[in-house]
Amino acid sequence: MGSIGEWIPLLWEGTVITAQVTLLSAIVTLLLAAVTGIMRLSKFKIIRGISYIYVLIFRGVSLLVLLFWVYYALPLMGVELSKMTSAVLAIGLNFGAFGAEIVRSSILAVPKGQWEAAQALNLTPTQRMFRVIFPQALVRMLPPFNNLMIELLKATSLIYFITLTDLTYQAMILRSLYLPQTAQIFGLLLLIYFIMASIISMIARMLERKLSAGRM
Amino acid sequence: MSLTMEEQAKQVSVGSVNKVPMVKYTNVMKSFGDLEVLHGIDLEMQAGEKIALIGPSGSGKTTIGRMLMTLEEPTSGTIEVEGEHLWHVEKKGRLVRASEAHLHQMRTKIGMVFQHFNLFPHMKVLGNVTEAPRKVLGLSKEEANDRAIEMLRKVGLADKLDVYPAKLSGGQKQRVAIARALVMRPKVMVFDEVTSALDPELVGEVLAVIKEIAEEGEMAMMLITHEMDFAREVADRVIFGAEGHIVEQGPPEQIFENPQSERLQSFLKRIR
Ligand SMILES: Nc1ncnc2c1ncn2[C@@H]1O[C@H](COP(=O)(O)OP(=O)(O)O)[C@@H](O)[C@H]1O
Ligand SMILES: [Mg+2]
Repeated sequence: MGSIGEWIPLLWEGTVITAQVTLLSAIVTLLLAAVTGIMRLSKFKIIRGISYIYVLIFRGVSLLVLLFWVYYALPLMGVELSKMTSAVLAIGLNFGAFGAEIVRSSILAVPKGQWEAAQALNLTPTQRMFRVIFPQALVRMLPPFNNLMIELLKATSLIYFITLTDLTYQAMILRSLYLPQTAQIFGLLLLIYFIMASIISMIARMLERKLSAGRM
Repeated sequence: MSLTMEEQAKQVSVGSVNKVPMVKYTNVMKSFGDLEVLHGIDLEMQAGEKIALIGPSGSGKTTIGRMLMTLEEPTSGTIEVEGEHLWHVEKKGRLVRASEAHLHQMRTKIGMVFQHFNLFPHMKVLGNVTEAPRKVLGLSKEEANDRAIEMLRKVGLADKLDVYPAKLSGGQKQRVAIARALVMRPKVMVFDEVTSALDPELVGEVLAVIKEIAEEGEMAMMLITHEMDFAREVADRVIFGAEGHIVEQGPPEQIFENPQSERLQSFLKRIR
């Protein structure tokens, strides 16, 4: 029979890995989303095309298959990545494609009059985007990005399949050691994911409050 | 032969008409898809001249103003500002579509105030007014602030620098928008129904500010408006447009006291 006290060290190790993968893939996701989301609105067809194809492909593939592909197939082509890098790359590419759509639609949701006022003041197209439109779009992006980041956190449990020792992986090990206590172990697992998701929401709400201070 | 004072004055005024106009529309047409909304507009504004554009809604007044602000491109015809083509450049004797760089340079002379203010909600009042001076004119923070505060004082809002637009009344918002456009010191400014979105009790404060600016004189103003008393008081010339044509124009007394066309007569009857 095991007790919570004995499980904690293993679960903690797993939590750290899960948090690491979540944080790093979130950074890749946000960068990719911002860049490709803005590219989708470029006046140049080729730039729009590139980001359209990126979104089309990486939104449509299964994350698990992508993960396998990056970790098991790339090495056959001479690109060998660590488990951690493979995980961050696969998750980032996949979620970045969803994020791009959030960025794009949030920018499109900023009223046309804002573009026009910026143009009437003779701001350059780049200044219109980054001084006037994007800051307003950012506020709109926060709630959907909050959801996306929680989805991302939950999706990190798939890295168990490339044997990264994340939270889910550790819980599976514990379960194999303490089979009768599966309910408690997995209950604890659910709780930890729930707490991590709550932290993400808290950060998102804090940012939202900060960014929209005084404006509404 | 000696000229009377009156005749001399006439010659002077004829002389000033011969100067390069501030704005000149030549046979400007505009279509949205299959819908032609302007059917060949010819219109001139002299430097410092105040014109009022009146007419039923849907007649194309806003489109005329937006084309000057480069927000809408004419389908055909030309617009010149101080003798220089706005939407075109000459290449080998032919007019070709101008680049964004050309439009950018031309826009330094043009400003616009919108019906719905379009203030930047994420910037405070001062930020709204200093944004373009800093980013477009490259002024230092201090210079931009000085200039902005001067303009905000002019519109009576020097005490609201640190406030977000959301905290202002409609009339105050529109006065900030006026300051924001003025601070760029345009030579011609479009005011597109700037009081139409306001509660009736707030219209007066905005019109008063515009009147004051008009009295300063040097800036040409295109006042698109439904406020006939205001048009009459401020405008040097009133232009009546309907269904994409300029139907009649003249000094305010003539337009309002002695309208010639039947269209204008019935329009004036309807709005009174
Ligand atoms: N962006 C647009 N797309 C399609 N039709 C438009 C657009 N802008 C204006 N119109 C049409 O052009 C006509 C003139 O509009 P507008 O210039 O706004 O008139 P006004 O300001 O005199 O009310 C109207 O019939 C209007 O519906
Ligand atoms: Mg209009």
